[in-house]
Amino acid sequence: MITLLFFLSSGLFLGWSLGANDAANIFGTAVGSRMVKFRQAAIIGSIFVIIGAVVQGAGANDTLGKLGSVSTLAAAFTVALSAAATVYWMTRLRLPVSTSQAIVGAIIGWNLYTNNQTDFQTLTKIVTTWISGPVLGGIFAALLYMLTRKVLNRVRFHLFYRDVTIRLGLILIGGFGAYSLGANNIANVMGVFTTAVQFPDIHFGIITLSGTQQLFAIGGVAIAIGIITYSKRVMETVGNTLMPLTSEAALVVVLSQALVLFIFSSQSLSNALVSLGLPPIPLVPVSSSQVVIGSIIGIGLLKGGKQIKYKVLGQISVGWIATPVIAGIVSFFLLFFIHNVFKQDVGFKTVINSEPVSQQRVSNKLNTADTIVMHQTKEIDKTVQSGEGESSLNYGWVVSMFLLIVLMGVVYYFFLRERRLREKEQDKIDELEDFIALKAKSLEQEAKRYEEEHQNLDKELKYQQKEMVNMAMNIIRKYEIVGQIKDDINKIKKSVKEDETRKALNKVILKINQNLLLDRDRESFQMHLEEHNSNFMHRLSEAYPGLTENERRLATLLRMNLSSKEIASILNISPKSVEMNRYRLRKKLQIPPKENLTQFIRSF
Amino acid sequence: MSILFKNVKELVLEVDEFLSTVEQGVLIFKKGVYNYLDKQEEAFFDNIKNIERLEAVADKLQRKIDRELYLHSILPQHASDIEEMIDKVDEIIDAAKESLYEFDVEIPYIPDELINDYKRLVDASVDAASAVFPAVTTFFREPVKVKGMLTKVYFYEKESDKLSRNIKRRLFHEMDDLKLSQKIHLRYFALHIETISDKAELLADYLSINALKFNL
Repeated sequence: MITLLFFLSSGLFLGWSLGANDAANIFGTAVGSRMVKFRQAAIIGSIFVIIGAVVQGAGANDTLGKLGSVSTLAAAFTVALSAAATVYWMTRLRLPVSTSQAIVGAIIGWNLYTNNQTDFQTLTKIVTTWISGPVLGGIFAALLYMLTRKVLNRVRFHLFYRDVTIRLGLILIGGFGAYSLGANNIANVMGVFTTAVQFPDIHFGIITLSGTQQLFAIGGVAIAIGIITYSKRVMETVGNTLMPLTSEAALVVVLSQALVLFIFSSQSLSNALVSLGLPPIPLVPVSSSQVVIGSIIGIGLLKGGKQIKYKVLGQISVGWIATPVIAGIVSFFLLFFIHNVFKQDVGFKTVINSEPVSQQRVSNKLNTADTIVMHQTKEIDKTVQSGEGESSLNYGWVVSMFLLIVLMGVVYYFFLRERRLREKEQDKIDELEDFIALKAKSLEQEAKRYEEEHQNLDKELKYQQKEMVNMAMNIIRKYEIVGQIKDDINKIKKSVKEDETRKALNKVILKINQNLLLDRDRESFQMHLEEHNSNFMHRLSEAYPGLTENERRLATLLRMNLSSKEIASILNISPKSVEMNRYRLRKKLQIPPKENLTQFIRSF
Repeated sequence: MSILFKNVKELVLEVDEFLSTVEQGVLIFKKGVYNYLDKQEEAFFDNIKNIERLEAVADKLQRKIDRELYLHSILPQHASDIEEMIDKVDEIIDAAKESLYEFDVEIPYIPDELINDYKRLVDASVDAASAVFPAVTTFFREPVKVKGMLTKVYFYEKESDKLSRNIKRRLFHEMDDLKLSQKIHLRYFALHIETISDKAELLADYLSINALKFNL
């Protein structure tokens, strides 16, 4: 049991990393945008991934089996370990990677090492789905996105209801996505073990779990553990790497991915197509990440393609080719080690040197068939017992190739490390530049705001000054009119001889002289003036403590750019007195003769 | 999940109630100013009491909406936008209440020849606010239609600007018999009334930007 668990560990590790990484394709946007809680996503994802693996995992597994039926436990362990190591290493180096492609590459590596023939028809079928999967995802996503937009625009959904519906959709479709992921990708995790590990069937009433299904259930649990233990970090950091997504778009992307994965793993759907006279669906493990990318591109192209980051797309395409190649090489050399160092049977296929048989020799051959079969059986038994397959590969050639590849690997590793360091530095520079740009923008906005505030204050000030000038003008006009009336009354008084009338006129003149109305206005104006220029008057008093109240008032009026005549009217003194006061003020302020008094006060 | 739908239903009702409370508040403000201008003291004090009550209800609802948006994590990416918008709606009823208080406390003397001008100003200002509320309701259901609904708000806001300017001009150019202090006092009251339409315009600006954001 322990040996079995040890050999299964590489597959379980692969399952764990699949769960940790690929669950983000299903619930990443939902959790990242806080639409769905991680706990909710993890529970739903774990349950459905196991159900999908057990119920529908067989289809894709058969195709993988056709590519290479890894016959021994040690070989299955090595192949899964190669795929897992490739996925882990490439993920660490932040290179785009797919478990499906890694396992296919590792199986081909096993085929090459053990002389098992690679079924090119199956390989073509698999490689075709690597392209058709994302393309189909893109088509689905574009169609579903159009449909969603149409429905949302037509149905008058309240924004809050829309949000909850999308959330519900993200959970339901997430469940479907997890089911499809389990169904399609379980073959990557446990497929290589299905030939080597045979469990007896288990019966639960009407339900019977076959040995393969039990193996898939174990793999499903490994994926679930990956989801629960590690995917939170991936989900929370899953950003809008390729294109910014709205919640509706995220829903469409997850649904498209789930549909594609479901289609490529559904035996019943394939059978249904066959019964309709259509070609069957190739049941192949597809990379969920690549289908997601295809779906996002589909939506991006529908929106005009401007938002797609083509640089990221280029990097992803490199991973498409690099993953199976690297996994194949790793698998080949790991098998070499397991076989030669640990003396484990890795499932060699014995090569029989049979010559072309002519028609005349057929009967002789038939006669000696039994002898040959007996001889060959003995040979195979010998081979299995010694654990040393008759490899057609030359031992020395393999070692030198291995050293060469290790050397290349080391060079490549340093190259990648250098590139990562450069990228890190570039990231830091970009971050700094972004920060500076952001800061500059915020400062610019701040400056703009201050400028606007300043302009508003300026406007307000001008308005208030205008108001005060209006007030002053009002007083002046009144003063002039009252003055004219006084002159007119004086003229009338001179022409009138009756005493009573003259007395009455004298009373009027007295009233005018008391100037009640004018004084009230003036008082109110002066109050207003002081109120609005309190700052200026305070500063003036601080700088020139010797100034009298009247001089400070004169300075304030001069600050409003009023002429001497106007000031005289406001203060109810003669223009000559204003001139005299100006002269005194000049002396007290110690203004040089060449400088203008009004300008000095306005700039004070 | 049905609990979530129930919560959302409650939240939708609360937002609608909040909007209708603010709308009622603005209409009470209009009636209040009318009653003040027509010297209907008793009715005016009733209006003040009503607007106080409505403002308190609106505040309570606003706090409830804020809390529930976060508690149930509804529209998590746009919660702050929604809250800011609700806040801007609340500012309208706040301004209306403050304005009526000013009338109550300062008891401005409004000459008979200006009463009609003030009534027209109140009409335009309240019309601007009344035009923005349906746009808020539509924002939650059909953001794409919001922009078209804001034309009225901008029109009434300009209209109230014009009317307010007219009142000020008349005060300072034609009404020599008024004391300066009275003129300044009346000028501030034109400003208080105009604030309602200014707040409506700010909300309209915010709505048009956010409607665009939600349509993307």
